[in-house]
Amino acid sequence: MPAETPPLLEVRDLRVEIPTRRGVLVAVDGVSFHIEEGEVLGVVGESGAGKSLTGAAIIGLLEPPGRIAAGRISLEGRRIDNLDAEAMRRLRGRRIGMIFQDPLTSLNPLYTIGRQLVETILTHTDLTERQAREHAIGLLAEVGIPSAAERFDHYPHQFSGGMRQRVVIALALCANPRLVIADEPTTALDVSIQAQIIALLKRLCREHGTAVMLITHDMGVIAETADRVAVMYAGRIVEIGPVREVIEQARHPYTIGLMGSIPLVGHDVERLSQIDGAMPRLDEIPAGCAFHPRCPHASERCRRERPERIALGNAEVACWHAGELAGRGAVTAGVVRERRENRNARTGDGRPLVELRDLARHFDVSAPWLTRLFSREGRKVLRAVDGVTLTIPRGTTFSLVGESGCGKSTVARLVVGLYRPSRGTILFDGQDYAKLDSHAAMAPVRRRLQMIFQDPYASLNPRWRVAEIVAEPLRAHGITRDRVEIRDRVGALLRQVGLSESDARKYPHEFSGGQRQRISIARALASRPEFLVCDEPTSALDVSVQAQILNLMRDLQRELGLTYLFISHNLAVVYYISDYVGVMYLGRLVEWAEAKSLFRDPKHPYTRMLLDTIPDLEMTGRRRAPVAGEVPSPISPPSGCAFHPRCPLATARCREMRPEPLPRGDGGEVACHAVAENRLPERAPRETPLRQEAD
Amino acid sequence: MIGFVLRRLLQSILVMLTVALIAFGLFRYVGDPINNLVGQDTSAVEREQLREKLGLDDPFLVQFARFVKNAAKGDFGISYRHRRPVAELIVERLPATLELSIVAALIALLVGVPMGVYTGLHREGFLSRSFMTLSLVGVSLPTFLIGILLILLFGVVLRWLPTFGRGEVVALGWWTTGLLTVSGLKALIMPAITLALFQMTLIMRLVRAEMLEVLRTDYIKFARARGLSNRAIHFGHALKNTLVPVITITGLQLGSIIAFAIITESVFQWPGMGLLFIQAINEVDIPVMAAYLVMIALFFVVINLAVDLLYYLVDPRLRVDRDRATGHG
Repeated sequence: MPAETPPLLEVRDLRVEIPTRRGVLVAVDGVSFHIEEGEVLGVVGESGAGKSLTGAAIIGLLEPPGRIAAGRISLEGRRIDNLDAEAMRRLRGRRIGMIFQDPLTSLNPLYTIGRQLVETILTHTDLTERQAREHAIGLLAEVGIPSAAERFDHYPHQFSGGMRQRVVIALALCANPRLVIADEPTTALDVSIQAQIIALLKRLCREHGTAVMLITHDMGVIAETADRVAVMYAGRIVEIGPVREVIEQARHPYTIGLMGSIPLVGHDVERLSQIDGAMPRLDEIPAGCAFHPRCPHASERCRRERPERIALGNAEVACWHAGELAGRGAVTAGVVRERRENRNARTGDGRPLVELRDLARHFDVSAPWLTRLFSREGRKVLRAVDGVTLTIPRGTTFSLVGESGCGKSTVARLVVGLYRPSRGTILFDGQDYAKLDSHAAMAPVRRRLQMIFQDPYASLNPRWRVAEIVAEPLRAHGITRDRVEIRDRVGALLRQVGLSESDARKYPHEFSGGQRQRISIARALASRPEFLVCDEPTSALDVSVQAQILNLMRDLQRELGLTYLFISHNLAVVYYISDYVGVMYLGRLVEWAEAKSLFRDPKHPYTRMLLDTIPDLEMTGRRRAPVAGEVPSPISPPSGCAFHPRCPLATARCREMRPEPLPRGDGGEVACHAVAENRLPERAPRETPLRQEAD
Repeated sequence: MIGFVLRRLLQSILVMLTVALIAFGLFRYVGDPINNLVGQDTSAVEREQLREKLGLDDPFLVQFARFVKNAAKGDFGISYRHRRPVAELIVERLPATLELSIVAALIALLVGVPMGVYTGLHREGFLSRSFMTLSLVGVSLPTFLIGILLILLFGVVLRWLPTFGRGEVVALGWWTTGLLTVSGLKALIMPAITLALFQMTLIMRLVRAEMLEVLRTDYIKFARARGLSNRAIHFGHALKNTLVPVITITGLQLGSIIAFAIITESVFQWPGMGLLFIQAINEVDIPVMAAYLVMIALFFVVINLAVDLLYYLVDPRLRVDRDRATGHG
């Protein structure tokens, strides 16, 4: 960087401390970096890495008792970390803006978005109220709010999540700040909306010349958006450099492990490379290099001395062994990612274990009768699942993907019997499970199917010891009442999921998220089921922990011959774990096929759109097709093919007639008129170069 | 919206009928009304005649229907003790109680809300801590004791304020007010403060808790990140968001201020409905008790309805215009 002009933002040796009753925790420790004018710096790391606190420290919004204990932060050459509260407030919004994660909670629900915009503009400029209003409407139009002048007077709840995040971006940019700190700006959004918001943020910042500090746990978003990336671990930056260099030639073992943990569409691997363990808690950060307990290359020196950042190529790495490891990132990943063998051969005999026939579940969401009477509206029925037919062969994984509201979780709950179907049948091993109405009749089937939930914090009873949690199915199904046997089986189950027998005496809160999910799996396995329904089992977990859980699920499937119904919105995870994939849209299965085949040759326009939303981690330069629109309300789904309002190929027939499923030619099915009428455009096959070739 | 109001009205009518049933039950089952009407030397034949004349031997439902019909017209019969129509008695006493309650509620709100905001914003300050400690005293001391202490200090020792009664009143039509005379205002101060104290501490603690909650929300953080001034954030964004629960509680509390002014009224010999009710209990004056019961229920129902409508004013999410709510771009 040229010495004469200081960088837009310079952070030097930043140290953030949180005093607690049991001592001072150091959450950010000696972090230094800079951001140039108009540059996008990605800050990536798992939860607890200190990335959000770094952002909060820069904008002066650390929550007490957190405080900046050392270091200096300069904006445009002027030191800002020692400004008084009032001076700092004037800086916020005008020089530094911020975008938060959840658009649903970022806006004050009681004021119109227009009022919130005008208030912010008037705070920072000398515009009159009328000019501010015009400026605000212009901004709303710029962030892609249709009929902005009319929407100006609407309240936040009248907007969908994606639209609200656009409003949030307009608010953050309305005084034209030079730097925007975006803290997980797309994490709470659906994949198709995620792609739209990232594209919008990139375009706006380029047009306004705004620099961005993009904080996220999602490497894909960084790869697509950032110019440089800083990788944080336990309060320190372990590696920083140009995005391409860091991703393709990761040098720090943590970065290497992190990259290897991310499942990729198009990469057929038997196991994800995994970093064992989890990010240390703030009160037990190890001495020396904080990563050494999880590092495969750790030496005596790593345990004693903390490495400083040294320059390697265009990047800087804080690792004693960075020199030896340089450029080995891709190689390591290649070694660990052994090629996936012929997957279908490894699984069961191909006989169906679970069959859903025209399965439907409707919910009555009508207003109370008197209200209906006066507003003359009819009953409202939410068709959460509306006629799903699919077959899951024994020993395979069938995944359902789709955006929120598509009904995938409802299918999961129907299959395990948490809901009763409104229509259709569920055959479990040839037996119509949904028709069984007595508890006793269901019991033998119940024992054979179990569920793993999304949130490992909410799905374990906090007042029970792990031993009781895991033993519950044994007792509930009357499998055994013998204490010694229960103890032995719980111990064996815990070992099987990678925990130790001594963990049985602990309570859930003593475990990390990943470990809790292991407990959850152990509990599901206790009754020796054949079939597991997994509803987003890894979406609450960090990437490196997600890799551990996915690997575990794979191993268990192989050892025990399990069959999975896997629900997820993460397409890469689905690609990694599945044999078959079904795509759901507004309660219907629009396409399903064998996983590889579906990802290689998606036919339904919705499937194609979803696949286009996958961030391009391999930096092939592939242009993502911008995805239009958002999922409509399932209460009043569009007529005909429900996807037609967002479909580039829609015709009059699509608007009127619902397409029937047709064979795809590979055993799968697709429900689309464009496919039936043979007017589907060619799609460029996905480039899937190996990492090594990318250099 | 219309559907909602009508539903609430229907529910209110149900509540009122239930209360009326209880009030009516008082007549039937607490003693024999004939005994209360006639002297000891009335013969059994005369009693039966009277019973028939008053319709007391009609079936239960007929009697109840008659009671409800009369009550709806404001006719609760004649007080055993005062020998005057109950409605007259109540109208006479109502202004005193309402003035006292409303002034007390205003004091509670006007002092409680700012104190709540202040203690919410300056959690650790000396003043906040003193307020919190004082509020504990306010909550834990019984009303009558506070009243008596006030009387002792300002009435007996300092002789600044009158110790009982309502002072001079001015009649505005049927309504008598003490708010227009100096002696009336002076007489109002102590009972109003006594009655307000508990509510005030309650409101203060509620506003404080809500403020702390709201200040942690994302939209407040985002407002700070946009550089809005503290005043705009605290009073524009945060305070309004604390209002919904505060309105609920204040509404309910206004009801109970009116209903439970009894104690304060007896301590200060305030000529309101509470005093009337206490006397009625002493004398087993059932018509007055029944009327009081129905009256208080009516207050609660009306206040609750008003509170529900206020929600609509404060929170746009409840004014859902359902077509727009799902609107997309």
